[in-house]
Amino acid sequence: MFGSGHYSGFRVIKEALTGHKGWRPAWRDPEPQKSYDFIIIGGGGHGLATAYYLAKQFNQSRIAVLEKGYLGGGNVGRNTTIIRSNYLLDGNEPFYEFSLKLWEGLEQDFNFNAMVSQRGILNLYHTDAQRDAYTRRGNAMILHGADADLLDRDQVRAMYPFLNFDNARFPIKGGLAQRRGGTVRHDAVAWGYARGADQRGVDLIQNCEVTGIRTENGRVTGVDTSRGFIGAKKVGVAVAGNSSRVMAHVGMRLPIESHVLQAFVSEGLKPLIDGVITYGAGHFYVSQSDKGGLVFGGDIDGYNSYAQRGNMPVVEDVAEGGMSLMPMIGRARLLRSWGGIMDMSMDGSPIIDRTDIDGLYFNGGWCYGGFKATPASGWCFAHLLATDKPHETATAYRFDRFRKGLMIDEKGQGAQPNLH
Amino acid sequence: MIINHPILGPRDAQEFVYLGDAALIARPDGLAPGAQEAFHDYLYLRDNPAGLHRELWYHEQGDRSWLVVTRNTLTHEITQVELARDVARSLGRSK
Ligand SMILES: Cc1cc2nc3c(=O)[nH]c(=O)nc-3n(C[C@H](O)[C@H](O)[C@H](O)COP(=O)(O)OP(=O)(O)OC[C@H]3O[C@@H](n4cnc5c(N)ncnc54)[C@H](O)[C@@H]3O)c2cc1C
Repeated sequence: MFGSGHYSGFRVIKEALTGHKGWRPAWRDPEPQKSYDFIIIGGGGHGLATAYYLAKQFNQSRIAVLEKGYLGGGNVGRNTTIIRSNYLLDGNEPFYEFSLKLWEGLEQDFNFNAMVSQRGILNLYHTDAQRDAYTRRGNAMILHGADADLLDRDQVRAMYPFLNFDNARFPIKGGLAQRRGGTVRHDAVAWGYARGADQRGVDLIQNCEVTGIRTENGRVTGVDTSRGFIGAKKVGVAVAGNSSRVMAHVGMRLPIESHVLQAFVSEGLKPLIDGVITYGAGHFYVSQSDKGGLVFGGDIDGYNSYAQRGNMPVVEDVAEGGMSLMPMIGRARLLRSWGGIMDMSMDGSPIIDRTDIDGLYFNGGWCYGGFKATPASGWCFAHLLATDKPHETATAYRFDRFRKGLMIDEKGQGAQPNLH
Repeated sequence: MIINHPILGPRDAQEFVYLGDAALIARPDGLAPGAQEAFHDYLYLRDNPAGLHRELWYHEQGDRSWLVVTRNTLTHEITQVELARDVARSLGRSK
């Protein structure tokens, strides 16, 4: 291990006593080499995790991550930080439960404080039919080794007495709780993986936009970038909202549309919400950051977009959802809002797969839920890159599932990305 | 966003439902050879460009016409609005 050294309580005390002269940058800023064994395009959560596990878990070397901006400036730094494994379908639940287990050990593993907080997530239900659907979902989760707990109205009231239980149209009847779910400091996830990868020799190259992917006889040979050509034996693409643009370099059209998702944070308030709450009758979910701001969001705007900002109708819709669930939120002032570009897939589930070009691999289609997937996505993509075989929890995430009718459609919406 | 409806004039985009790429107008012939592959591409694959995008919007809370809106996905700026019927006819469709 080299670079920034090991972080620990002991180190903090030692540095405090020696004038903080021993701290080093958390990662290097290397010039790109002529070629690598592995190039990962995209320095977001998934790309950095992939490089980290490639080096650490799969003992690979000569790895670079190419990022067009700065590390963690994409969706990994824009999301609402919720982690959970409360999926219904067989293709998804084992993967997300694998991810949750990795979150549980992540900070020790990469030696970085990512503030993984298993404060619990509660999905509210408002009708008998919704309760039955959540019963089924909870059972599916338990069958896959995750935790789930169906709460009645009184149990929910004991947790969050301020919710609008007696809304005439959408009374709260209970909720499905996953107590191991929660939140994680999103930026720290990018930083922790970046530092861990750098310490294992991965070159993290920023301000390096990939502008072309070169192939020869059906094999990838490297990438053209804003910093020149860089050769590679294998190239893994993990660029989230920009997936279609990057894969267009090799003429591939994807089962993906890019859409904008907005999020919001209020002024800092005293401790109020100690978990994550999702509204079952409108598009609204909320948690409270450690700084006190209420972090909340709702639906995607619903039209193709690469602008990292949304429009007023969704702002209104989210605010209405919040008012209907917890009317007192109307007294809090909104501090800021922002948007990120989602790689919305045709069935709402991701893709981690090879392509028809040898040595070119793809990771994307995460929709609005890829943050929680970060550790497992990195692990499974590294597995695929290193061994050419899918990881056992990611065997369903293939391109050809649309051709074969094996869609993983949690919501049952069909090929309409803005409805997932 | 304001969509300048060819018949009704400027309308708030909120009155509309969004479907997606206007290429969906050109539905493949289900009886032609290779129809299965053509339908896979039609249903599931998208160009998803950053820049000008021609797309289908349905005026659900208005006159229920389908429109083809040309919009820049990088800026959300709308530069052209046509009746989808006219676009379909210009592609040789009967209706
Ligand atoms: C508002 C909002 C709220 C969200 N809330 C949640 C949530 O609560 N829970 C959850 O699980 N998920 C959530 N998500 C989704 C989650 O953030 C994403 O699915 C996930 O971060 C995507 O993976 P990533 O981190 O690798 O993406 P990114 O961080 O976007 O990484 C992709 C990187 O690729 C780079 N790139 C693109 N093109 C190129 C190129 N040509 N060359 C080089 N680099 C390139 C980009 O600059 C970017 O840094 C939310 C997203 C948003 C926007």
